[in-house]
Amino acid sequence: MTGMAVLTEGARRGAPRWLIRHETLLAAILIVALAILGLCNDRFLTVDNLLNQGRLMTEVGIIALPMTFIIITGGIDLSVGSVVGLCAIMLGYSWKNFGFPLPLAIAFSLCVGAAAGFVNGLLITRVRVPPLIMTIATLALYRGLAEGISQAHSVRNYPEWFFFVGQGELFGVPTQLWILLAGIIVAGVALDRTTFGRTLYAIGNNETAARFSGLPVDRVKLLIYTLSGLAAGVSAWVLVSRVTTTRSDMGIGYELDVIAAVVLGGTSIFGGAGTIWGTVVGLVMIQLLKNGLALTGVKGDATIIVIGVVLIASTLIASSLQRRR
Amino acid sequence: VSAATIAPARAGEGGLLRAFASQEGLLAFAIVAVAILVGLDNARFLAVRNLSDIILGNAYIAVAAVGMSMVIVSGNIDISVGALIGVLATISGSLAVAGAPLAVVWAAPLVVGVLVMALQGAVIAYLKIPAIVVTLGMLSILKGGLISVTGGRWITDLPESFHLADIELFGILPMPVVIMITATILAALWMRYSARGRAIYATGGNAEAARLVGVSPQKTVVMVFALHGFFAGIAALLFATQLKVIQSTVPPNLELTVITAAVVGGVSILGGVGTVVGSTLAAVLIAEIASALVFINVSPYWIHAVQGVLILVTVVADILRRRRRRAGG
Repeated sequence: MTGMAVLTEGARRGAPRWLIRHETLLAAILIVALAILGLCNDRFLTVDNLLNQGRLMTEVGIIALPMTFIIITGGIDLSVGSVVGLCAIMLGYSWKNFGFPLPLAIAFSLCVGAAAGFVNGLLITRVRVPPLIMTIATLALYRGLAEGISQAHSVRNYPEWFFFVGQGELFGVPTQLWILLAGIIVAGVALDRTTFGRTLYAIGNNETAARFSGLPVDRVKLLIYTLSGLAAGVSAWVLVSRVTTTRSDMGIGYELDVIAAVVLGGTSIFGGAGTIWGTVVGLVMIQLLKNGLALTGVKGDATIIVIGVVLIASTLIASSLQRRR
Repeated sequence: VSAATIAPARAGEGGLLRAFASQEGLLAFAIVAVAILVGLDNARFLAVRNLSDIILGNAYIAVAAVGMSMVIVSGNIDISVGALIGVLATISGSLAVAGAPLAVVWAAPLVVGVLVMALQGAVIAYLKIPAIVVTLGMLSILKGGLISVTGGRWITDLPESFHLADIELFGILPMPVVIMITATILAALWMRYSARGRAIYATGGNAEAARLVGVSPQKTVVMVFALHGFFAGIAALLFATQLKVIQSTVPPNLELTVITAAVVGGVSILGGVGTVVGSTLAAVLIAEIASALVFINVSPYWIHAVQGVLILVTVVADILRRRRRRAGG
């Protein structure tokens, strides 16, 4: 594995100096933003509000972790929002119409999510369909399945215990935040400290070289797209539990929030660079932006303008910094 | 690569068979086949009224798909077109209600469309930001902007003269069909025979090779996006004028339908290949299938799944075909 060592070192030598700067910069902006929002509105810097924002951040956050992996390899997954919709429907439908016990229905919908991601990965690695077009196709397909299976009927009347994940608290912290926290730690360690993580950077920097170095490029790609689908399934579970109903339009537009958070967090859209910690800062910033705008009286529809601007601007800044380097 | 992709994919000897096996031939065959099969099951599907409704109601998608085809041939993608069409339709409708002269009402969406798309093209070409990021960002800017400005209000009391889609040329040819066919033919001829049109294929086939033969890939991409904006403007006019009211929100999933039409029409997502005749036929086919679902008692809620499958089948077939051709020499 000498090839691997060289690649790893190359990735390490190339990425950190710029990345550390990007992340410090981001963290600094985050602190300033927190201070300003706190000064402008005394409801903002309260434990209750911040924990509630964490609750709202989880659904996008869980998906952003594998999305970071995917974008590091130079790929993209636009189908995540539709997978959330499909999983939410499969959860409700299998419970209501197949008569599955609810725990089984949850497991089933997670399997559907993983399978949806696996199909993306399979065609991307085997047939070499570009990830962009593959996931645009399944963006339509999975949403279409959600609409077709549910016939636009919603499912409600879930039992009380089901709401624990989305609305309950564990040790004073929203339950789903523990899931996100666990995901962040696992993903962070996997990306930074394992051969799997280093392989992602190698693929993103030079896929051909990674192949010739004997890295299991296709297997790793298949895995990360499957993980992306699985994460969307978990996100759907949390979402349904939080809002108490299942509808086929759930998760529409998630791809924007997820990709914006990842790119804002310093992951290069061209692949080869990025960290989980950056993504977490990006997520927090976007959630605070939404919350701050809402508290100052800006309506929800106007916040997506800001997120769109953030997505384009952060890509522009990152790519100009990268070019200078 | 470049020589093969730049040369028009013209049917040589054995032209008839070759033409039939082309994407356009296949699509034309599929349109007829679907009509016959569904007609056998439910004859009402073949009523003139229904067939003309299918084409009239979806001509704007075919027009937008012409621009989308150019964008994809140049090696890019645009997912903001649905939102843009919503914005342009609202602009045009608001101007009409405010009593602006008809020329302004009809020209405004074209101008704004060209400006917005050219801006995106410039960011993509000169600042080297991937098209998916720029257009995803623009999608949410346009969508959020439209809803927060209008609040999703319906625009009503549109003046009678505004309704471009109701005009019938020589008393028989409905305007949407005239525009759809004219746009398709002009764009097809321009892309095939003009130097600038060929430059789109060259840029999408191999940008570096294009640069070496004196084509500027950057200028070409900006031009393509500007044209795409122009077609989006026309599409917005047809869309806005087909009903008596305009709902000032973004038509959901419109960009997916437009992309499906372009891809299924034989525009290779790998860039450099494809015709707008195919995309127009594909737009008709998709609309026909959507209508057919109702007639064979399948819920129309399945249409997005059908679209997804159509994209997948076309793309996989395209990739396998290319691979086999390469393997064959």
